[in-house]
Amino acid sequence: MTAEAPVLQTTGLGKKYRSRWALRDCTLSVPAGHVTGLVGPNGAGKTTLLNLAVGLLAPTEGTVQVLGGEPAGNETQLAKVGFVAQDTPTYAGLSVADHLKLGKHMNPGWDAAVAEDRIARLDLDPKQKAGKLSGGQRAQLALTLAIAKRPEVLILDEPIASLDPLARREFLQTLMEVTAEHDLSVVMSSHLVSDLERICDYLVVLVNSRIQVAGEVETLLATHYQVTGPRCDPAALPADWQIVSASHTDRQSTLLVRSDTPVVEPGFTVDQIGLEDLVLSYLSEAGRTGSRGHKELEAQR
Amino acid sequence: MIWLSWRQFRPQALVAGCVLAGLAILLLSTGFGVAHLYHDSGLPGCPDTRACQHALFVFSNELRGSIYEFVFYLSIALIYLAPALIGAFWGAPLVAREAETGTLRLAWSQSVSRSRWLLVKVAMLGLTAMAVAGLLSLMLYLWSQTAYKAGKYASAHGPSGLSITRLSPLLFGTNGIAPIGYAAFAFAVGLAAGVLIKRTLPAMAVTLAVLALVLVGWPALVRSHLIPPVHTTSILRGPNIAGLGISGSQKMTVFVGADKPGAWVISDQAVNAAGQQYSGRPPRACLSKSFNGCTKAILALGLKQAISYEPASRYWALQGSETGAYLLFAVALAGACTLRIRRRRLA
Repeated sequence: MTAEAPVLQTTGLGKKYRSRWALRDCTLSVPAGHVTGLVGPNGAGKTTLLNLAVGLLAPTEGTVQVLGGEPAGNETQLAKVGFVAQDTPTYAGLSVADHLKLGKHMNPGWDAAVAEDRIARLDLDPKQKAGKLSGGQRAQLALTLAIAKRPEVLILDEPIASLDPLARREFLQTLMEVTAEHDLSVVMSSHLVSDLERICDYLVVLVNSRIQVAGEVETLLATHYQVTGPRCDPAALPADWQIVSASHTDRQSTLLVRSDTPVVEPGFTVDQIGLEDLVLSYLSEAGRTGSRGHKELEAQR
Repeated sequence: MIWLSWRQFRPQALVAGCVLAGLAILLLSTGFGVAHLYHDSGLPGCPDTRACQHALFVFSNELRGSIYEFVFYLSIALIYLAPALIGAFWGAPLVAREAETGTLRLAWSQSVSRSRWLLVKVAMLGLTAMAVAGLLSLMLYLWSQTAYKAGKYASAHGPSGLSITRLSPLLFGTNGIAPIGYAAFAFAVGLAAGVLIKRTLPAMAVTLAVLALVLVGWPALVRSHLIPPVHTTSILRGPNIAGLGISGSQKMTVFVGADKPGAWVISDQAVNAAGQQYSGRPPRACLSKSFNGCTKAILALGLKQAISYEPASRYWALQGSETGAYLLFAVALAGACTLRIRRRRLA
């Protein structure tokens, strides 16, 4: 497989549970070599997308490829993908050392040195049963398993959601070290932007089962502007502005504008926007309007 | 993969080992006693029918109500319980518990395909289940072979208190290779319930219900169709009349006893010329107390005795086809589970 194959590529991907779509119309191409954050509120479809990517779920429609291959299509493909599932499952009755043995026996590319070194650095007792570990330690153990199989891409589903702030920082610290050391691509989901802000250089925002925006963080920051000015009619704004969100008071309008060319408009103050504000604007806008069709209907009236 | 399967199976295997060892100790400590009783009764090498009948009487009397009888029934209960336990505690949790605790997502993220993951586990647990059942059957066979010998003699030489034949519906499933088939089938039923329901306790309950239905219904509904039974019709003879059922002075049925040593008699009726079970007015002689007169009067009716049975010689053929049928079901179920898991319906 070529190194240029995207880490995660989907076209029209959708997953339906009974009558409810958990993911819809998902078309995405995440290039290799990035630490990608998948952001969205709870229930947005992040876990569904990641489970589709590792082959734990089968798509209802569309296609999904990871590193150019069918997820979990064969054992070579499985070896290329390290996955830490939500709530970082481990075998409660098995010790830390047992988990490393499990990894060794079930992965041809297992790197015992990396695994043992990490367990030692984390100060975990190899004889300790995984069921007696703290949430943070369990997450670290699950991450160790995923790293020591020496994958090309690491997929993490809300690995830090249930951790306390200290454990969270340690986990992200480890993740950054590992990414640098082993030249890994990472895709991780979270509902907390602040967590991802520090380590991600690629971002996918998923709300209401749909992709809202995706791209390199730098590019996203460079093409989004916060525009403040006197209260105005949205229809009167320049046509090449893509209004992500707008809020109005009696006298003033605040807009988040997406534009490939610099935004200059007399009478308006134009500011750069931080990643967190950018994401929150997308989240609140998508949450407020529900579906796009609904919004269009209102505009016509 | 083998390592993980064994590591996870170890506690359950240990329990099975303890049960087997416990039973082995119980059977060993009482087995020699049964063998002694048999030899001391004088049954082996008894010179004539009279002496043999006496020896048989002594032997069966010694057994009745003794600790040996208790051990025998206990072992039978255990052999019938084994498939239920295997299905509920080995089969049902295999996938269901991992689905419940989420560890399936860990196991399936390793570089081992799901089919291999399942097949290794199924092979290890399924073969162990079959081995356990086979050992149970073998141990009980070694323990009870003297009783079966006596039972064989008893059924060949007229009525006696000891009726124990390995083809009888109750005992057939406790000896030979049939328990191996039940164990494999029970394990597969548990596995399938776990794969479909994905929760341990409901899967266990469903497994037990299905097994109870199949294993209890089987001897009556299916076994006699594995190999079509032999039907014979012959003139009813006096010694074969086992009893009469007379209700009022209107209706009489004749109960007959088959003369088929070691066979599994499925039905045995006194029939009229048309081949239907005889039912008619009782002859006058039978309303009085004259036994001989009554017998004569019944024989004068010209009745026939219709027997349908599986002869003793078919024991291994029946064992083979029953075990084969169960193994086939087991393999089909395990195969279906593998296909379903491969299609990624679980997460």
